[in-house]
Amino acid sequence: MPVHAYTSDYTGTVRDLAENFHGNHVVYVCWERHLLFSCPFAFLVPPQTSFRTLRDQLMAEAYGAHPQWAQIDWSQVNWSVSGAPFEPQLDKTLEEQGLDHKASLRFSTPGLDGMSGAGI
Amino acid sequence: MAAKKLSLKDKYALLTRDLDWEFSYEERKEAFPFEEFEGIKITDWSKWEDPFRLTMDAYWKYQAEKEKKLYAIFDAFAQNNGQLNVTDPRYVNAIKIFLTAISPQEYQAHQGFAHVGRQYGGVGARVACQMQSLDELRHVQTQVHAMSQYNKYFDGFQNWSQMQDRLWYLSVPVSFFHDARSAGPFEFLVAIGFSFEYVLTNLLFVPFMSGAAYNGDMATVTFGFSAQSDEARHMTLGLEVIKFLLEQHEDNVPIVQKWIDKWFWRGTRLLTVVAMMMDYMLPNKVMSWKEAWGMYFEEAGGALFKDLARYGIRMPKFADQIEKEKEHASHQAWWTFYTYGQAAGFHTWIPTDEELDWLSEKYPETFDKYYRPRWEYAKQLEAEGKRFYNGTLLQLCSTCQLPLMFTEMDDPTLISQRETHYHGEHYHFCSDGCKEIFEEEPEKYVQSWLPVHQIYQGNCGGPDLPGILEFCGINVGNDNLDIKGSPDEQRWKQWKGVA
Repeated sequence: MPVHAYTSDYTGTVRDLAENFHGNHVVYVCWERHLLFSCPFAFLVPPQTSFRTLRDQLMAEAYGAHPQWAQIDWSQVNWSVSGAPFEPQLDKTLEEQGLDHKASLRFSTPGLDGMSGAGI
Repeated sequence: MAAKKLSLKDKYALLTRDLDWEFSYEERKEAFPFEEFEGIKITDWSKWEDPFRLTMDAYWKYQAEKEKKLYAIFDAFAQNNGQLNVTDPRYVNAIKIFLTAISPQEYQAHQGFAHVGRQYGGVGARVACQMQSLDELRHVQTQVHAMSQYNKYFDGFQNWSQMQDRLWYLSVPVSFFHDARSAGPFEFLVAIGFSFEYVLTNLLFVPFMSGAAYNGDMATVTFGFSAQSDEARHMTLGLEVIKFLLEQHEDNVPIVQKWIDKWFWRGTRLLTVVAMMMDYMLPNKVMSWKEAWGMYFEEAGGALFKDLARYGIRMPKFADQIEKEKEHASHQAWWTFYTYGQAAGFHTWIPTDEELDWLSEKYPETFDKYYRPRWEYAKQLEAEGKRFYNGTLLQLCSTCQLPLMFTEMDDPTLISQRETHYHGEHYHFCSDGCKEIFEEEPEKYVQSWLPVHQIYQGNCGGPDLPGILEFCGINVGNDNLDIKGSPDEQRWKQWKGVA
């Protein structure tokens, strides 16, 4: 039963459908063990954005204050989407590689596990 | 001939149970249409024991006396400039949270109890809910009046009702009550009457009221005393509800258990704000959140659930998770608010060195290992003139609407994220508890008004941050940002004659 309601065929209005975002998508990004940023970020991006733009512009601006951002060796990074391993293709769009609306992207940077041994 | 006075017993009967009547030409079911759809079986409403023997005339008389005294104290507080007696201006931010996050929920509780007070077939339950509905309405009024004196001298109090509707973190308490109020009447009472008022309320009221007492805030303390007898009544109602439902029919047990599991989890998420208030916002500390949780939930709640075991009710499902979180929740929450302090309706700050030591002492297993280093880094940045603010919007949980700021409890440097899919859409959660609640009723939670998404849909002013904050009712530059250099702090120094 998808809801306990007085009306037997009750359905809710889905508030966050992609069409409500004026041509954009929301994409979430979490840099693991860097808790200077206490939560994953929510980026508003056109689905035609390339992965390179997401990484080198949007993420760079959001995470750039962290001293370890500039040290990242991108060939060593582990990516996942919805818990499954992911190999980003830099010059393909988000849409083309299955990063759809409200997709959740995580990455870890081995050897760069935050500051002070505390994942900061 | 003088009218004969009724005995107390007769008066009670006439003014409560006797208000009901038999239905001669309408189906009783038609009069109480919401009573069955939740699956709860009531076989005999007459078994409902009135949790308190109070009639409406006595209610008014008693409350009027109490409020006369309460307002005399508010007057004295104002005339004596009581606002100058608080420990320091940081304290006032705790009651900004109370006014914006808690008081409007008293109003929602009033609406909820007014609604269910009409919907039960049993007259005893209807009268009890009617009185609680009036209590909640009085509470929002007296809280607003208690805090109005601070509004004359401090920033951040002026737009509490607009903030309630629009400000991102306030959607957490708002959605909690929307969830309860849009549920059926029995779930509402288990959610608010039992889970919240009976078991968790001590973790809300005692910390705020003791915090007020420890920090010289006589207005809030006085409100607390005044509300205490009402709260005692609410707790009795909460307990009666649960016992009545469980005794009416064995089929009710699994339904009630599911509600208890859900509302304990939701309630605990809501109390995160109290956790950070106790550990970080009170200049004079009462006790740590961990100690409060141990005392009021683990000891008192543990005894209650032992008592309920004879009905087949067990501890709330995620109690073991919550036990681990007590080591972490307050630190993770205050760090989030500190780093998003430009987008809050109150001030934030780095704990003093003495406070950091207090936290180390209270959280020997976790604070020095995980949280002190963050504050040391924040101090370093502040000393360099680079006070850290996070400029990117964050990901919110589709159920509790808090940011995904909690970590895996067995791996406290790794953020906890959960995901589910419904009709081809992704939904994200802070925890297994919130994910399960969504999966039980996706048609309900697909409607969550998630502030970050609303901002991105263009429904919240902006698009720049000052525009969004103004839309939320924040006086930008005064209400938000660090306490250091704030108008609140500057005025306080002038009043106290310090540079």
